[in-house]
Amino acid sequence: MSAPLLSVSDLKVHFDVGRKRLFGGGTPAVVKAVDGVSFDLKPGETLGLVGESGCGKSTLGRAVLRLLPLKGGRTVWLGQDLAKLDADAMRGLRREMQIIFQDPLASLNPRMTVGQIIAEPLTTFQPNLSANDVKARVKAMMAKVGLLPNQVNRYPHEFSGGQCQRIGIARAIINNPRLIVCDEPVSALDVSIQAQIVNLLMDLQKEMGMSLIFISHNLAIVRHISHRVMVLYLGKVMEIADRDSLYKNPLHPYTQALNSAVPVPDPEIEQSKARIVLKGDLPSPLNPPSGCPFRTRCPRATEICAQEMPELVSTGKDHMVACHHAGPPHLN
Amino acid sequence: MTDLAILAVQPEVKGRSLWADARRRFMHNKAAVAGLAILILVTLLCFGAPYLGLRDQDEINWDMISVGPNWAEGYYFGTDQNGRDLFVRTLYGGQVSLIVGMVATLVSLVIGTLWGATAGFIGGRTDNVMMRIVDILYSIPFIFFVILLTVVFNKSMVLIYLAIGAVSWLDMARIVRGQTISIRRKEFIEAAHASGVSNWRIITRHIIPNCLGPVVVYMTLTVPAVILTESFLSYLGMGVQEPNSSWGTLISEGAKSMDIAPWAVVFPSAVMVVTLLALNFVGDGLRDALDPKDR
Repeated sequence: MSAPLLSVSDLKVHFDVGRKRLFGGGTPAVVKAVDGVSFDLKPGETLGLVGESGCGKSTLGRAVLRLLPLKGGRTVWLGQDLAKLDADAMRGLRREMQIIFQDPLASLNPRMTVGQIIAEPLTTFQPNLSANDVKARVKAMMAKVGLLPNQVNRYPHEFSGGQCQRIGIARAIINNPRLIVCDEPVSALDVSIQAQIVNLLMDLQKEMGMSLIFISHNLAIVRHISHRVMVLYLGKVMEIADRDSLYKNPLHPYTQALNSAVPVPDPEIEQSKARIVLKGDLPSPLNPPSGCPFRTRCPRATEICAQEMPELVSTGKDHMVACHHAGPPHLN
Repeated sequence: MTDLAILAVQPEVKGRSLWADARRRFMHNKAAVAGLAILILVTLLCFGAPYLGLRDQDEINWDMISVGPNWAEGYYFGTDQNGRDLFVRTLYGGQVSLIVGMVATLVSLVIGTLWGATAGFIGGRTDNVMMRIVDILYSIPFIFFVILLTVVFNKSMVLIYLAIGAVSWLDMARIVRGQTISIRRKEFIEAAHASGVSNWRIITRHIIPNCLGPVVVYMTLTVPAVILTESFLSYLGMGVQEPNSSWGTLISEGAKSMDIAPWAVVFPSAVMVVTLLALNFVGDGLRDALDPKDR
């Protein structure tokens, strides 16, 4: 096994949402958006991150890139602890890690031309590059992501959503990064464009060999693009496994419920399949349940679930699950 | 030749920026364009006055004291009680008024924008301290401040520029800070962070260009406000000193002899009103052009 590109252990991101009074005091309140997440990412690997809205997927993605302050835990990048780097060293490392956003138009500065937008990471790290070189690199990048290079002087509002996402991708890959965090890059696009963008990302990965952290709530797309998949619930890892293992043999009741909710493009199978319908809503992250956060909606919950959070344990090759009652779906 | 190579040699398409769009909308607004034309005309006349072959502003004609408009003799606005050409004095006064307006607006633009953007972008305690400083400056009574300055440093025009500049950036800082806070959380700012762009570059390249819309509008409203303030100070006798004049002093002097020589107050006032009106039209036009959503 090759050395991990990125190794995250016990990562915690907490948001202080308590109301502060002018002279101290007030009600303290903390949202534990990400609470003790650990994983390794190998070079060239895609890790899918799935979960409901508000479970901490995006927060985790941003925390990995150190765009958010960490409460605890370590992120080790190629043997280097990111927490120990000062601001300048961290800024230097940003060349290697990039992010693609959910809303393609909002992620592009409306006052800059596409050429300027794509060139920004390049000129930030290579300020001495001549204007012609920059333009050539930008145009090459635009061609690579499927944009017409002669449109470098256009502005973001003159492009469609899918094209804007391609601009975002071009900006992310222009410095040949080793890691790209894709924060729901396709959920704002319509279905036919989604496939194009996902395939573009996969082609680029094959060509350039970068790792992806692919955040999505669309299980079908995650299955298509990922090598490994991590399931999050209220900021905690429920299950992390090899893609095939997770989809064919999910062991956590939450994963099973998510899986059963994926529509199948065949009406007969779709109507006959057993769906696990979860009761209730996601509990408030301000006041999460004791023990296992999923127990309030879990069909298998017992007393022990309320008392202690199950450890993430290995159940086989590349398959880890955090559940006291882990097992195949028929147990429900 | 491959497809790619063909694409690469195609001429670049020119994009239409948001600024170009705004310019087009502005040009369709008749009142705003007329306002701009008047403004340009007034500015050219005022600053070109020395080269138009007119009389000097302090040239006294003993035969023409306090006479009304006389086109035959070239006294278009008449003369004041010292026999000086009011038309010329209005133009020279316009120089002072317009310079005050522009200097103060420039000061407010530079200081206010940077101050507000920095406070809004950094946020937290820095923001608190910076904005409290603005609040404190804001709460100093302006006239009291100017009187104090003139008492300590004697009357001078520089002082008036300084005093007006010192207070006019406060509003701008507040506006820009508000804008910055709303822009700071946008994804393209986060993208810039993720690309390793420094904070200073984020402020100058991403934040300021995106809050320039309201800033430009507010600027066009600052100019008339400052001109009025200067007029007010001059009217109180704290502004420009003889033989120089500004629109404020001309109106103030004209007002003293309003019942016998009404032209001495009517003409300078009219020029000032027209200029301010034109500025306001331009401001309105800019607001509509830059913020089409709001219509």
